[in-house]
Amino acid sequence: MGDHDMLVMNGNEFTIEPGETILDLARRQGIEIPTLCHLKGATPTGACRICVVEVEGARTLLPSCTTPAAKNMVVRTESPKVVEARRTILKLMLASGNHNCAARGSDEGDWTSFQLEVEKGDRSEELCPVWGDCRLQDLAYRYQVTGEGLPRTAIPYPLEDVNPFIVRDFSRCILCGRCVQACNEIQVNKAISFGFRGAGTKVVAAGDNPLRDSDCVFCGECVQVCPVAALVEKDVRYRVRPWETTTTRTTCTYCGVGCQLRLHVKDGRVVKVSGVEGVAPNYGSLCVKGRFGFDFIHSPERLTTPLIKEDGAFREASWEEALDLVARRLESIKAAHGSDAIGLLTSARITNEENYVAQKFARAVLKTNNVDHCARL
Amino acid sequence: MTNTIACVEKADVILVTGSNTTENHPVISAGIKRAVTRKGARLIVVDPRRVKIATFADHWLRPNLGTDVAWINGMMQVIIAEGLYDRQFVEARTEGFEALKQVVAKYTPEYVEGITGIPAADLAAAARIYAGAKVGNIVYCMGITQHITGTDNVKSLANLAMLCGHLGVEGGGLNPLRGQNNVQGACDMGGLPNVFSGYQAVTSEEARRKMEAEWGVTELADKPGMTVTQMLPAAHDGRLKALYIIGENPLMSDADIQHAEKSLQHLDFLVVQDLFLTETARKADVVLPSKCFAEKDGTFSNTERRVQRVRKAVEAPGEAWDDWQIVARVAGRMGYAMPYRNAEEIMDEIRRVTPSYAGITYARIEEEGLHWPCPNPEHPGTPVLHKEQFTRGRGLFHAIDWLPPAERVDDDYPLYLTTGRVLYQYHTGTMTMKSEGLMDRAPESFLEISLRDARVHGIADGDRVAVTSRRGTIHLVARVSSQAVDGTVFIPFHYAKAAANQLTNAALDPIAGIPEFKVCAVRIAPAA
Repeated sequence: MGDHDMLVMNGNEFTIEPGETILDLARRQGIEIPTLCHLKGATPTGACRICVVEVEGARTLLPSCTTPAAKNMVVRTESPKVVEARRTILKLMLASGNHNCAARGSDEGDWTSFQLEVEKGDRSEELCPVWGDCRLQDLAYRYQVTGEGLPRTAIPYPLEDVNPFIVRDFSRCILCGRCVQACNEIQVNKAISFGFRGAGTKVVAAGDNPLRDSDCVFCGECVQVCPVAALVEKDVRYRVRPWETTTTRTTCTYCGVGCQLRLHVKDGRVVKVSGVEGVAPNYGSLCVKGRFGFDFIHSPERLTTPLIKEDGAFREASWEEALDLVARRLESIKAAHGSDAIGLLTSARITNEENYVAQKFARAVLKTNNVDHCARL
Repeated sequence: MTNTIACVEKADVILVTGSNTTENHPVISAGIKRAVTRKGARLIVVDPRRVKIATFADHWLRPNLGTDVAWINGMMQVIIAEGLYDRQFVEARTEGFEALKQVVAKYTPEYVEGITGIPAADLAAAARIYAGAKVGNIVYCMGITQHITGTDNVKSLANLAMLCGHLGVEGGGLNPLRGQNNVQGACDMGGLPNVFSGYQAVTSEEARRKMEAEWGVTELADKPGMTVTQMLPAAHDGRLKALYIIGENPLMSDADIQHAEKSLQHLDFLVVQDLFLTETARKADVVLPSKCFAEKDGTFSNTERRVQRVRKAVEAPGEAWDDWQIVARVAGRMGYAMPYRNAEEIMDEIRRVTPSYAGITYARIEEEGLHWPCPNPEHPGTPVLHKEQFTRGRGLFHAIDWLPPAERVDDDYPLYLTTGRVLYQYHTGTMTMKSEGLMDRAPESFLEISLRDARVHGIADGDRVAVTSRRGTIHLVARVSSQAVDGTVFIPFHYAKAAANQLTNAALDPIAGIPEFKVCAVRIAPAA
């Protein structure tokens, strides 16, 4: 142990791994430091300053996400000064937008007029669309902060929903920059960036155009990383609340990358898809098809019963009847023309287990090696 | 892939060829773009279209269609002539170098320029970059394989990677990107005419005895069967009487659709098992409804050979069943019991007869998948292949001469057509076209054409045009694009209304049986 650099955090001594920040070390040791702008895999910006910590001898509080862990540092992650700073930051954030989760509080007790105003911009009478699934709300409760006492700042930009997938609600954006980093550093689509300045700062696409008229490819990485309600899936907004859903982890059904995803299910229907963070091969990333292309699952055009063609037209049939017919016809063709008069195309779309059973059926039952699938096409 | 998806971010040079990565494998393209923009990797893109990934490249080389062996030989000529190859790797790990050297000798950059159109100096520069890499990674896709010389193209890329010692190393390798979720698994499981699961040859007495013992049958067929591209002609001329199709839509995906359609009509009996009444299912005598991925348990094997879990999240509509259940019940009616109770029991059987999957259990892949080969339950899986030696021992160089594509342009058909996919659609569209959002972004087919070609043919952006090959005509809208290069047009093949595969040439690679989707000759005219 003597060879390693050590520091003290909250009264305990820890070994420093080469190159790590104070935040990295804390997370490694299971010490919770709150973050909003920090995005794994991207360059830390220190923009939101929620992760500040107190370091003995430093003149100011330091953002733990950008400050390297250094030898003999004495760090406090929840000292009174730190807590006070976080409360101030949260208060400013809550006052700066339509954060109608009731954590915002209200000036002079006039919650109603605030809510009525938010409803106009929202086109909904409900509370914030990510209520219960919001990092800002979590922190507001944790540090018992409201936006009361500060004047509400004006909302300079209207909501944008002129694309099929993503609603951009600038009234709830806290300008943490995670979406900008996700787009530029993780997906490298370079579709969005910070535009304008000062109080007018806005995340813009292609010189402040709607997403549909920009380089955006609707991978939805920005939606997944947004800690608040600034970016929400269009079909989820005000239709699905997290406590109404269960999730199942599975593998994407589109291309061969095999992205790990979660299907969010409400009332027996898949209503949302998100990427599984922290595991190969996609580490949370998805593409537009994987994230938004799941309508086919519940399409009314899905086949729901076996069909048998008679006189050129299909009629519905029972499984008994259909399976009997298939088995009988295959038997008779095999008997009359031999096994190699039958072919089976298995599928690059179905599971390994199903492919195995299909080729086993062709080889062991039909007795032919006429088995292939569309890898060639 | 010989290596993992994550490996692209550990390479210092990446060569992408025949892959429109940002549209067809967006998540892998992100890794390539991160390697370039954040880790300083150099990127070479060789593609007949100025695809988006090319905008991230140090060098974009633009070969004429069907000239891949020529440019790859050209790069190897430079690398050998300038002594840039990995002598140690070539001596210790390979054989056939002298024959390779002789064949590629004539492929000087100047000679190759005459075939490919790639400026000699650009080719030489790219060759030096790839050869000079500490870790060089080749990524390719169907732009390499869908040619009559597809097998030659792949072997040539393997030659290049071996020559520079970029195989068997973390970060490097030869990495085909597979287009469908479980095309790797369908091959691994023996969904091929010549092999059982784990690529055990049907011609091997030992393999047949093993399967016969496990399956409780005798006299398994000992000759390879027909490929899909042989089955359809066999149906056409009456040798194939019945076809059982699971989750495939060859009436859209096959080359020369009209011929495929006639072939299916000649069958005595066609069964199709699918999610939807596809173009192919409409031709069937019996259609059987199956479950989609969200409704069932099992595994998919991705392009990096990683076996991952699929889990049931919702109930299937109506009476749709698991594909394995349907097949098992047909088998039962034909006198062969398949009494599996669930997918995991099938995996247990797969593990018993498939050495490369023997160590892969559901319990082990609960959180993160494993890469095959994984021969026993303690084995960690094999992210990088060929580390110590190749499957056959030494890696064999294949000395290959360039052959022209099956169809060339002429006075009647003066433009080359190549086909592919777009970001917002998938294969024949049976799934993506059910999504309003995806259809909003990519509602219909189009002809991608260069500004000059458009002018020459009197076509403006947005005009409707007729595109004709020796096999058919389709009508679609013209999109003038800087992605297109003069002399070559592009059509995505997803759309039934203007099916690109009405035009494509069914000429096959003699070994792989893959049609030449990427090259045919067409003429265009404003639609009447």
